[in-house]
Amino acid sequence: MRLELIKRPQKSALYSAISPLLALVLTLLAGFLIFSLLGKPPVAALHAYFIEPLSEAWQLHELAIKAAPLIMIAVGLSVCYRSNNWNIGAEGQFIIGGITGSLVPILFPQFQTLFTLPVMLLLGFIGGAAMGAIPALLKTRFNTNEILTSLMLVYVAQLFLDWLARGRFRDPGGNNFPGSIRFPESARLGEIFPSHGSAHWGIVLAILSAIIVWFMMRFLMKGFEVKVLGGSPRAGRFGGFSSTKMVFFAFLLSGGLAGLAGIAEVAGAIGQLRETISPGYGFAAIIVAFLGRLNPLGAIAAGFVLALTYLGGEAAQMSLGVSEKVARVFQGLLLFFVLGCDTLIHYRIKFIFGEAGKPATAKG
Amino acid sequence: MQDRGNDALLLETRGLTKVFGELKACNEVDLKIAPGEIHALLGENGAGKSTLVKMLFGVLDPTEGGIYWKGEPVRIGSPGEARRHGIGMVFQHFSLFEALTASENIALVFDEKTPISQIAERARAVSVEYGLPLDPHAMVGDLSVGERQRIEIIRCLLQKPDLIILDEPTSVLTPQEANRMFDTLERLKAEGTSILYISHRLDEVKRLCDTATVLRHGKVVAHCDPRQETATTLANLMVGSDVEAVKRQASAATPGPPLIEISNLERPPATPFSIPLRGIDLTVRGGELLGIAGVAGNGQGEFFEAVSGEWRQERADTIRLNGRNCGHKNISDRRMVGAAFVPEERLGHGAAPALPLSDNLLLSRHTTDRRAMVGPLGFVRMGAVKEATQRIIREMDVRKSGEDPEAAALSGGNLQKFLIGRELDREPMVLVVDQPTWGVDAGAAARIRKALIDLARAGSAVLVISQDLDELFEISDAIAVMHDGRLSSPLPIAEASFEKIGLLMGGAEPGHQAHAHAEAHANTEGSHEPGAPI
Amino acid sequence: MDVNMLQNILLTIATASTPLLLAAIGELVVERSGVLNLGVEGMMVIGAVCGFAGAFITGSPWIGALAGILAGVLLSLLFGFLALSLATNQVATGLSLTLLGIGLSGMIGEDFVGRAGIRLPRLDLPVLSDLPLVGKLLFGQDPLFYVSIALTAAVMWFLFKTRTGLTLRSIGDNHKSAHALGINVLLYRYLAVMFGGACAGLAGAHLSLVYTPQWVENMTAGRGWIALALVVFASWRPWRVIGGAYLFGAVTIGQIHAQALGIPIPSQLMSALPYLATIVVLVLISRDRRLTVINTPASLAQPFVPDR
Repeated sequence: MRLELIKRPQKSALYSAISPLLALVLTLLAGFLIFSLLGKPPVAALHAYFIEPLSEAWQLHELAIKAAPLIMIAVGLSVCYRSNNWNIGAEGQFIIGGITGSLVPILFPQFQTLFTLPVMLLLGFIGGAAMGAIPALLKTRFNTNEILTSLMLVYVAQLFLDWLARGRFRDPGGNNFPGSIRFPESARLGEIFPSHGSAHWGIVLAILSAIIVWFMMRFLMKGFEVKVLGGSPRAGRFGGFSSTKMVFFAFLLSGGLAGLAGIAEVAGAIGQLRETISPGYGFAAIIVAFLGRLNPLGAIAAGFVLALTYLGGEAAQMSLGVSEKVARVFQGLLLFFVLGCDTLIHYRIKFIFGEAGKPATAKG
Repeated sequence: MQDRGNDALLLETRGLTKVFGELKACNEVDLKIAPGEIHALLGENGAGKSTLVKMLFGVLDPTEGGIYWKGEPVRIGSPGEARRHGIGMVFQHFSLFEALTASENIALVFDEKTPISQIAERARAVSVEYGLPLDPHAMVGDLSVGERQRIEIIRCLLQKPDLIILDEPTSVLTPQEANRMFDTLERLKAEGTSILYISHRLDEVKRLCDTATVLRHGKVVAHCDPRQETATTLANLMVGSDVEAVKRQASAATPGPPLIEISNLERPPATPFSIPLRGIDLTVRGGELLGIAGVAGNGQGEFFEAVSGEWRQERADTIRLNGRNCGHKNISDRRMVGAAFVPEERLGHGAAPALPLSDNLLLSRHTTDRRAMVGPLGFVRMGAVKEATQRIIREMDVRKSGEDPEAAALSGGNLQKFLIGRELDREPMVLVVDQPTWGVDAGAAARIRKALIDLARAGSAVLVISQDLDELFEISDAIAVMHDGRLSSPLPIAEASFEKIGLLMGGAEPGHQAHAHAEAHANTEGSHEPGAPI
Repeated sequence: MDVNMLQNILLTIATASTPLLLAAIGELVVERSGVLNLGVEGMMVIGAVCGFAGAFITGSPWIGALAGILAGVLLSLLFGFLALSLATNQVATGLSLTLLGIGLSGMIGEDFVGRAGIRLPRLDLPVLSDLPLVGKLLFGQDPLFYVSIALTAAVMWFLFKTRTGLTLRSIGDNHKSAHALGINVLLYRYLAVMFGGACAGLAGAHLSLVYTPQWVENMTAGRGWIALALVVFASWRPWRVIGGAYLFGAVTIGQIHAQALGIPIPSQLMSALPYLATIVVLVLISRDRRLTVINTPASLAQPFVPDR
């Protein structure tokens, strides 16, 4: 049997809309299979994964805490990937943003005013953007593949953070445990409804950034420029747009938002600079970006879905003893299915059985 | 196998049909080719010629209908099978590999048993025998379009086919090179080989071919003897109605001020496989339409990028447009002084394929029409853009499906009408067009040519780069020729002839040494993969 | 520094370089066919865990190595199905392969963390392996070292001396032309992708059966990405991959020795050296745009949909 792709005359509006949902369903089916293979009751496991974490108010807060960084990073990545620049080092930019933002409370613990937090957020954005500028500079100046350089910088950032948290920035009063001092209240991103749960303002920041970036992509020349240069660079240059500037724009925006997410995580959920501040948000956000169809608003919904896999992993481990590592498998599968289903937007798939080349069934 | 074809024929198709989605690219085509004849396949762009021959060569599967080879019904599942039957093909857009040598390219269609050295030797023998000079060790990426075509032809001949399919072979040749190729074809015919010759150039079909099949909208509209027809009757068969020939009005009595002034334009090769520009001087005055002839790949694309500002110059006065120094200006700023540009490649250069027409309008107009189309903060005024889009669609009679379709969804001719209209709508003082009617149907081509002449007559300077000599002779006031990155001085149309222009295209003018060029390439071997054990 | 110590250092460098060479030579063939599989890291880490598991369960490190290869091939087929049959974006698909591989390996390897591994025995020839100076270097290394060198030579021969290799290169140069000539583009690419998967899987198995015979989560630590960079560094030429792999092996071993010697540079900075070196090397090799254009397979990472 082989399969043949037949180009649709026009993009399928139907599959544009349902392809992410189709991918979710397929991921659930795969999950069913995996849990069966692991010898766990699949229905109960899926329930533990995807329903239980949503049953109480405080859990929704946890979901928002996890979703905030994913959304913020993915919004930047959506623009970046749309422009055909491949920043896969958001994890590193997240870390550097967390570090630069933390400079304020760690180096100037006395600076406790209304401005403390805004300065930290700004520094976080700048730090992430500066980290993103490195692959952009290497790509434009030296023609270096940005995928590899941005990824390599993740390892460098992780080691740098490790060094800081164990060395220079270690809390002297912390009994030799790695990690900085705990941030003072003025340097913390506060909780939105402290009476219901611990979600901090990061999620608001994330949704706000998604809306702003969506507006830019939808209505402003800059968004038009991203779409043109990303889709056909030569036509973009013919339109008078600079692909060099676009590389920088894409990396500064995605790096900056990743950095903002980093400091929001440190100042919000964690409250101090630790030797690790991310359970792989920067990589999971790649999945979020694609699941959201590279649309900033789509990234909001997709961010909550991915956040759920994190929570579900913890929940299923507690209630069924399923490894929380399964969450990572779900995330990887999800991206696979999203990419596969996206093919249906541009192509019909025809299955061909036997040698004669006679079409047997047609789908889509 | 109940049915048989006619034994006297080499190849026959009955009711051959190919459907792409809802489009019947070929609709019940009957074709008969006798042994030892040169058979013309005529038709406009999009008439289904390419689809038909791809089915004959096994690249596409027919949806319906049958192919008979020497009287036997056959299913040609792949080009390999076609070759085994004895069918060879020379593609219009060659099926060559730039990073491989000529002999490696040829070796790819032979089986493993024949060593490459032997293949190179045979290629050399064939090239001498048929007068097709070829260096087997040259990298294809370094070769001119004509040289590449020779590799394709030799690759085809080495398989000793009974039928050779040639797809628009002269579109990349100078008239003189074309003559040499006709000699080769006559010789093959005398040896008993059949040739299926695809072209839309009627005079060469009349001269060369014994029989002709004319396609229109995927259907056979006539089988005829081209020698019994006139160019006009053939054209009418192809187009289906009388085509209004564009009448070139007399040039303006007093030429206007110089609007395009290029002095000593030089450009190093941008990529390893591109052509450097060497000392180009050119002046085009208001009211003048200047044509630039030349075989593809002689620097036209590089020249276009230099004039448009996609590639900028070191000196500001190297290029002056509409009286202003533009060498340092980018494409948007050059548009701001009143220049407009239409590149050769429509999808991916002149237009973004996946974006709707309105976005594609904005693409080249966002700076010149900033006041109307872009608001504060770069807010796009989609209403104004859509209105202008509809105006151009009306003005140029762009046929489309849907209100604002993606550029890729339009036919070549309609998209080109839109892209030309997009620029004409601004009433530019300077218009530079590369291949204005390439792959465009006759109706749209006539309309586009008329629009270009009208713009020149209204006082603008129009520069048309084209490989189509007929077109240039039809519309230009003067013709210059580009060869190997150099531009000849323009010949006024009254003094120009196919013969003269053809010689220039071959590099005949002093200083244009075509053969020195080819030999220079022959010496570049060794700088690449030491792959072939030759 | 005495001669034996030098030999030992060279031996550790060879051991550190072998997985890089294996993974890179596989990816080189993949990229020569015009496909960019960014999932090397994922296939490698799956190879590592399956290699370990295979050896641990059966007691035979050889079966472990086979399991690593098999796992790499299976994962590469997943990539092939999407990127080749469904013509998805190769960059995104490769990334998802890496994410999936890391996730799967964590799940599979959960029960093996902290278990003692089984090492593939080093070659030990009487007399020859005990020759002074070069005995161990030439005749006393792990079997995969010899495999990696032989594989590189074989790939060189295959690409440049066989017609099938020529065909593969032609597909990487221009898949449309190849299709028009009747070459089965997708079949060649599937085979190339599977070869790349096998090599990456074996490279991973080397980590868990030779380099550090145990299973640690994420034990590839970016080596798959470095292998990808090595292909670029080598300008898609097999013999240069050897040089690149050994250069990185030397950097890795060098920084470990420097840390052991107590050089007063933070260990984290030293550990970051291989990644920084990768960036520097990429910058140096990519600077010349002309050469990059000539060397890069022209249809690299372009999806191909045959029309029929």
